[in-house]
Amino acid sequence: MLHGLGQNLAFGLLVGALYGLVALGLSLIFGVTKFLNVAHGELLMFGGYASFWAFSLLGLDPFLSIPITILFLLIIGALLYMLVFSRTAKLPEESKIKNTLLVAFGLSVILQNLALRFWTADERGITTSYARIVFTLFDVRFPLVRLACLLVAIAFLLGLQLFLKKTYTGKAIRATVQNWEAASLMGIDIHKVYLLSFALGAALAGVAGTLVAVNYSIMPAMGLGWTMKALIVMVLGGLGNIPGTFIGGLVLGVTESATSFFISSNYREVAGLVLFFLVLVFRPQGLFGTKES
Amino acid sequence: MLNIENINVYYKELQALWDISLVVNEGELVALIGPNGAGKTTTLRILSGLLKPASGHVRFMSRLIEKEPPHKIVEMGISQVPETGKIFTGMSVLENLELGAFVPKARREKDKSLEWVYAIFPRLAERKSQQAGTLSGGERQMLAIGRALMSKPKLLMLDEPSFGLAPILVQNLFAMITRINQQGVTILLVEQNVQLALELAHRAYLLENGRIVGEGSGKDLLSFESVRSSYLG
Repeated sequence: MLHGLGQNLAFGLLVGALYGLVALGLSLIFGVTKFLNVAHGELLMFGGYASFWAFSLLGLDPFLSIPITILFLLIIGALLYMLVFSRTAKLPEESKIKNTLLVAFGLSVILQNLALRFWTADERGITTSYARIVFTLFDVRFPLVRLACLLVAIAFLLGLQLFLKKTYTGKAIRATVQNWEAASLMGIDIHKVYLLSFALGAALAGVAGTLVAVNYSIMPAMGLGWTMKALIVMVLGGLGNIPGTFIGGLVLGVTESATSFFISSNYREVAGLVLFFLVLVFRPQGLFGTKES
Repeated sequence: MLNIENINVYYKELQALWDISLVVNEGELVALIGPNGAGKTTTLRILSGLLKPASGHVRFMSRLIEKEPPHKIVEMGISQVPETGKIFTGMSVLENLELGAFVPKARREKDKSLEWVYAIFPRLAERKSQQAGTLSGGERQMLAIGRALMSKPKLLMLDEPSFGLAPILVQNLFAMITRINQQGVTILLVEQNVQLALELAHRAYLLENGRIVGEGSGKDLLSFESVRSSYLG
């Protein structure tokens, strides 16, 4: 019993790191632009396919294909911003959230169908030569691939933090989050900041997509489920709170695995939604957010 | 240096500014005074590019700027201290100042500008690694002005710098504003503290209900009957 619990928690944490990474991009985009991009899961799907094709056509290791995925999604993100989302950038905040929600929903349907048209509805995945390697520590098994995913997720979390804290561009992004009007009075081109944040958020979704393709499977209709996870995690962590978002991912991962251990794996998905509901009712600023922000 | 020519501005149906014209010459300290809702802040928002006029022109150093976006206007040398400062409370004092020097030209001279700002506001040097949100009201206003100076502006626009400050702090702040002006920065000052603003300013405009209803030297306006009765009691 105890051993099973430890194993469960370990898996919860490993999955949770992936959830955190998925939500990181969504949170960055929402924090900066106030666009509620519910097509985030579709961007993740594109990232998954990029790595899948790099693996099956070129034989490229999925972890080595991450730079390609990033480049691919940076371009897609930038194009989507310029062609679609930039039109809503000037709206006041509340109507911006509503409008982008609708726009992104339509977009998610389009992207899904494009994927269906080009890549069929087949479920695909990446199975590497090292997929079966497992480390054991105190009777708890840690698959190598999952550990690698954890490291990748943490590396991107820290990278993003460093970028936002230390670079001039990162500071401009944070200034825009706090007060876009004051930021524009500093000489910061707000639309450039939006474009960059959107492209970066898309790239983070792409990286998450690669990790999903390695751990699970990918298919054109996978997006919505991941968008839901990202939304739950973003609310758990507190909007715009980057480290909080990541920890929110861990919380969701552990909650899900604890639910399947103590209750039943049938209730895994429900656990996340219940958590989401409870946080919205009792702590709307998020587990780690402050009331002010 | 700055010429506003017959500006008309609307918020949807409502006209906020009627045919406003005003001039700021190089080296001057010009005050724009008037009651709440007269259109003072609206005028500044037009100048910094946050708002576009329906008609009329804004000329700065002989270039038309009324259609330029805010970041271009900062690059040209106009910097605005918004109402209540709007400092970035979640960042350190130093980070706030660094952001003030965001435009490429200012960024190259960042260290020199920092020294200059610290010399004007020694308090900011003492607090440079502190979170801006922990500063007092007076210090916040100093930071907002210092941040605007970091872009090395030719024209500095201040929106109600005295707002919410104790009288003794206001005296202090205005002394610093005069010093900044004496160091060669042209200043356009929007104020509700009419007495102080007029004592300080070389020239002033009186704005009421979106129209300019009086102009002259600070001393002239101080002796204006309508100004005396409405603002100075």
